[in-house]
Amino acid sequence: MSSTVTTEFPGNLALRCEGLQRYLGQGEGRVHVLKGVSFQAERGRVCAIVGPSGCGKSTLLYLLGLLDQPDGGRIWINDQLMSNSSDFDRTAARGAHIGFVFQFHFLMLEFTALENVMMPMRKLGRLSPVEMAARARSLLEAVGLGEKTHRLATQLSGGEQQRVAVARALANQPAIILADEPTGNLDVKNSGLVFDLLTRLAKENGQAVVLVTHNPEIANRCDLVRPMRDGLFV
Amino acid sequence: MLMSLSCIILGVGLFVVTQAATTGFEQFFIKTILGADGAILIQDKMQATQRSIAAGGYGSGFAIQSKEGVKYVEGIDEPEGLRHILETFGNISGISIVLKGQVDITSPLKTETGMRAYGIDVAEHLKVSNLAAQIVDGSLADFQSNLSGALLGREMADRMELSVGDSFQLTALGQTRRYRVSAIFETGVSDIDRYRLYLNMGEARSLLQKPTGASFIQLQLYNPDSAPLVAEHLQAVLGYSAQPWQDRQKSWLEAFRALSVASGITVSVFTLIAGLAMFNTLAMIVLEKTKDIAILRSMGYERGDVTRIFLWQAVVVLAIGAVIGATVGVAGTYAVSRIPLPINGIFKTAFFQVYWSPWHYVEAVSTAIVMVMVASLVPSRRAARLEPGDIIRGTAQ
Repeated sequence: MSSTVTTEFPGNLALRCEGLQRYLGQGEGRVHVLKGVSFQAERGRVCAIVGPSGCGKSTLLYLLGLLDQPDGGRIWINDQLMSNSSDFDRTAARGAHIGFVFQFHFLMLEFTALENVMMPMRKLGRLSPVEMAARARSLLEAVGLGEKTHRLATQLSGGEQQRVAVARALANQPAIILADEPTGNLDVKNSGLVFDLLTRLAKENGQAVVLVTHNPEIANRCDLVRPMRDGLFV
Repeated sequence: MLMSLSCIILGVGLFVVTQAATTGFEQFFIKTILGADGAILIQDKMQATQRSIAAGGYGSGFAIQSKEGVKYVEGIDEPEGLRHILETFGNISGISIVLKGQVDITSPLKTETGMRAYGIDVAEHLKVSNLAAQIVDGSLADFQSNLSGALLGREMADRMELSVGDSFQLTALGQTRRYRVSAIFETGVSDIDRYRLYLNMGEARSLLQKPTGASFIQLQLYNPDSAPLVAEHLQAVLGYSAQPWQDRQKSWLEAFRALSVASGITVSVFTLIAGLAMFNTLAMIVLEKTKDIAILRSMGYERGDVTRIFLWQAVVVLAIGAVIGATVGVAGTYAVSRIPLPINGIFKTAFFQVYWSPWHYVEAVSTAIVMVMVASLVPSRRAARLEPGDIIRGTAQ
C-alpha cells in the first residue's frame, strides 16, 4: 500500500468518501452521474442507498468498492486513502477489506458451493487449505446450506445461489459488505431470508453493510436510509 | 475448446507424420549412399598450374610466377603414405584403399562390357561401407578366404544369370582371368548394382596390372554431416581432391531439400490454423467469462492472476493436445511406413520410407507451444485489462 495516506478517521467508521465525482460515457453521451457525493459507513450498521434508476446508486457503490475510479473526490477504506491508489493496492484492499454481493449471484458455475466460498480465501492466503474449507463450510452452514456444500452452483436454486454469494462475501471477514440489489432477483420469501442473513452475520462480526435497493421493505429494515437523486444525496 | 484441442492434435500429429515422411526418403537415401561409397572420396592429386610473366622485357630472365589454376592428376601414387596421415585425424572412423578399373565380364551365357571392378581389402572396406548388410546371397567370409572370389551387384548377376558359386571370366587389358561368385550384394542404387563388382585387392592389382597405387581412398566419418568441412581440411593438408558425399549427391539432396521446404510450408499452415483456433477459442472464452473475471477481480484477484488463469487454460489444452497429437503422430507415421511403394534406382525400398526421430516430436510440440502461447497471450491480456466496474455495470444493464 505504497500510495496510502492516513487521515483523521473515527474508529467506528469502516468507509468514508468526500466529494465524489463520476462521469460516464464519451463525447455527447457523457453524463455527470455523481456530483460531489459524500458518505460514510459505520461498523455494525446497515445503510441502504435508495433512489430511482440512473440516480447513481450503483456507480457510487462500485466506487466505494474500488471497482471503479472516481473523476474527483476521495475515498478512505478503514483509515487509508484509496481513491488515487494503484490498481495493485485497490485490488489488495478489495480482497482484504471488502465483500461484494450483486443482484445476480455471479457464482462460478463450474465450481461447487464450497469452492466458490473458498475463492476469496485462496487469494488472500491467510488460512491453510484445511482451515479455508472449514471456514467455508461453517459460512455455508450459517446461510443454511450445510447440506449442499458440494453441489455445483448450477445445481442450486436462485435463492440458494444468492445465499452462497453472501457466504462468499463474508469469507475473508471484510470490514465492509457492499450489496448491489442483493434481493432484486429473488422472490419475497428468499429476499427476506437473504437480507436477514446478510445483516445478522454482518452485525455479529461488526461489519459495515452498504446496500443499494429499490425495495422499500428492505430499505425500511436498515439502520440508515440515504435517498439519492440526480447524483446527490437528498 | 474442443475445436482448439482438435486443431492442436491435428497440428502436432501432421507435423510429426509429414516430417517423418519427408525426411524418411532423404535419410534412407543418405544411408544408402554412405553405405555404398562412404562419406568422403580422396581421388585425384591436385597440382597448381602457374604461368610466367616476363617482368624485365623479353629475354631479361626475370619473370613473375602467377598461380593460374589447379590440375588434377588421376589416382593416388602412395596410398599407404596417405593412410598413415589420415589415421592421425580423429574424426575418421574408417579408411579403405580402392583400386578401380574397367573390365568385361563373361558368363557361360553372355558377355557384358564396361563393368567396374573394385579391388578392396574387405576388412577395411567394411569400416567405410555397409557392404555386410548389402549382401543378399552368399557370404563375405568366402570372398575373404578365396582369392578368386568376387562380389557381384544384384542386377549384374541377374543380367549375367550368375548365382553364388558360379564361375565367370573377367577381361582387362588383354588378359582374362576366371573368378567365382562368392556373394551377391544389393545397394539399391541401380548404377552400382548393375555395373560394380568387388575383387580382392591382390587379384585386382594383377588383373588391372597396377601393382602399386590406388584409384581412390574411401573414408567414413564418425559424423558424416561434417564431411564438407573435413574434406576441405583434407584437401588443404593432403593436396588431393577430397569429395564429400554432399557434393557427390548434390542434385538429389537439393531435390529432397525442396521437398522438405514444401512440406514445411504445409505443416506451418496446419500449425498456424491450430494457433488461430486457440486464439479464437480463448477470445470467445474471454467474452463469455467477463463476469467471472469481474468477480475474481472484486475478490482481490490481480490482473496477473487473470492472465495466468487463461494461460493455464491454454497450457492444459496444449498439454492434452500435444500428448494426443504425438500419439497420433506415432500411429500416423507407422501407418505411412506400411504403405507399399516399390522404388528402385537411387535406393531400393518396398514401402514408404519414414524416419523415426524424437526431434520431430520435440519440434512439433515446440512449434505448437509457441503458436498457442502467442495466440493465448492476446486474449489473456485483454481479459486482465478489463475493469471490473465496467463489466458489472455492463452486465447489470
